[in-house]
Amino acid sequence: MEMVAKQKLPQKILNYVLLIILTAVVLGPFLIGLWTSLLPTMDIAKGNFLSLHISLTNYVDAFQKTPILQYLGNSLWISTLTTIAQLIFCSMSAYAFVFLRFRGRKVLFILFLATMMLPFEAEIIPNFMTVKAMGLLNTYSAMIVPFLTSAFGTFMLRQSFLQMPDELKEAADIEGLGHFQFYWKIVMPYNRISLITLGAYGFLGAWNQYLWPMLTTFSNAFRPVQNGLRQLQSEETFNDWGMIQATAAIVVIPTLIVLFVGQHYFKSGMNEGAVK
Amino acid sequence: MSISLRNVRKDYDQQTKVLEKVSAEVQTGEFFVIVGPSGCGKSTLLRMIAGLTPITDGEVRINDRVVNELPPKARKLTMVFQNYALYPFLSVWDNVAFGLKARKLSQSDVQNRVNNALKMVNLTDFKNRKPRELSGGQRQRVALARAVASDADICLMDEPLSNLDAQLRIRMRQEIYNLQRKLGLTLIYVTHDQVEAMTMADHIMVLNDQHVQQIGTPAEIYQHPANEFVAQFFGTPQINILPAKRSAENSHLLTVGSNDMQVALNEEVPADQLRIGVRPDELTISRADSVDSNAVVKNTEFLGNETIVYATLNSGDNVRAVLPGQVNFRGYEPIKVQVGSHLLFFNNDGERIGLTKEEAVHA
Repeated sequence: MEMVAKQKLPQKILNYVLLIILTAVVLGPFLIGLWTSLLPTMDIAKGNFLSLHISLTNYVDAFQKTPILQYLGNSLWISTLTTIAQLIFCSMSAYAFVFLRFRGRKVLFILFLATMMLPFEAEIIPNFMTVKAMGLLNTYSAMIVPFLTSAFGTFMLRQSFLQMPDELKEAADIEGLGHFQFYWKIVMPYNRISLITLGAYGFLGAWNQYLWPMLTTFSNAFRPVQNGLRQLQSEETFNDWGMIQATAAIVVIPTLIVLFVGQHYFKSGMNEGAVK
Repeated sequence: MSISLRNVRKDYDQQTKVLEKVSAEVQTGEFFVIVGPSGCGKSTLLRMIAGLTPITDGEVRINDRVVNELPPKARKLTMVFQNYALYPFLSVWDNVAFGLKARKLSQSDVQNRVNNALKMVNLTDFKNRKPRELSGGQRQRVALARAVASDADICLMDEPLSNLDAQLRIRMRQEIYNLQRKLGLTLIYVTHDQVEAMTMADHIMVLNDQHVQQIGTPAEIYQHPANEFVAQFFGTPQINILPAKRSAENSHLLTVGSNDMQVALNEEVPADQLRIGVRPDELTISRADSVDSNAVVKNTEFLGNETIVYATLNSGDNVRAVLPGQVNFRGYEPIKVQVGSHLLFFNNDGERIGLTKEEAVHA
């Protein structure tokens, strides 16, 4: 303890200088982006980054002149459906792996995990062929159906379910709860922290999809935000950088909300004890 | 709601036998305690009665109906777990109400039962708290309230007090006992603590080594243990078990240890070679010079109202004696140990040999 309290002054200064530099490196691009989103494009083009002509015009323009609202709506719809589906299907499969006894349970679970070792990029061609054959190209389904469940989510929830004390299941058996009641009334609320974590993870994953939607969407009607941004930048020969920055800032907002809400829950739920 | 076990057996697989030939009758409204060292299968037996663990062989009857194949719910019982099994995401009130709602009782009925149960365990003021905001004893009381609120007449408890500190354990012991009497529950209570068994039970079942060692009232178990294991399991400090033999000259004379003590019995010594059991408070100790002594003091523990003396007989056997008040001995002080009038006799297999007369020794 003494060591910490009486840390030498030069050492302390060095630590803080390092921390400040690292903070600047990490936050710098983000702050520059936010700043330029407030500047007129003319100033940006001239390299006049310290201009004081700040305004929200770029944001107004972004909403009026680009289909950003459409993109946001698409992404929100896709991400929400993906998240809900993942929560339902992953928790159900994890429940089966933990609470149901059936032949080949272990082998099946290992197979499940093995799919985690295949990178998504390796699955893109067969997935594309499948989606195309089903006639789903350029639809919401193309971007939702392949992500309805995830091996990672099942794995994560299984670990969480395994931590539940056996007595809860036994108590439920004595009350006469069936599997579905036990799943819905006890397992889900008991593991809500894990579910929120998985939900946040799934939502962000879906929100930040780029490669797959790029391959499967051709129109603004279904294009999610990340691809929309790229579209804005390539559509016009003269790039309105200020406005593009503004749209980028708008796109980040839902991500931040999810992270803040998630963090609040992680903190509040950590210390809950069912069992002494 | 009487419960009867007939030759119940449990094997986990071919090699691991957990319980064999367990038979018992539990009467309606009885406080029945299953006691034994850890790993003796007592929790497994309770889970078999509850229907959580299948029975390998034998019969469990509730109210004279074989329930082997019935799911736990249909057996109409409640269970209190060692870890309480409270739902952390529900308030105290909802925790108690949970089972009632699951059984689809009417809303007013649920209200009444839960409020009464909480009042009975003094938790009314805490009904809106979450389990994590309660102390260990309060959590335990929530678990009890669940059993109280239920309409089931049979309650099973699996070491409910083992997570509590000593003071609280004594208090909860009385609360459980009072609740059981007040509600007329048929209660089967599993514990490894012989004091809990002695203080609460109408009947005790002693389990060890996969077998029932003895079933009886606390007094029977203490005064007439079926074997050495039971005798040693009950009573603190532990009973003294000493080797003894029949004197060659006089068949009424018992020689204890290697001639350390001689006891004249009222009747013939029942076997050539045997072991005797003497409760620590039945031993008398007197100071003696080294010629007269048959033991030396090793250690003493003063407990306020009594003193425990640990001594070694000349034969090498260790004995424990409880003497009233404060008694001071030096280490290695020579003493003379004598047995009192209540003796238990065990054969070489550890089974108790009954004598025809109540008092074995001339007073």
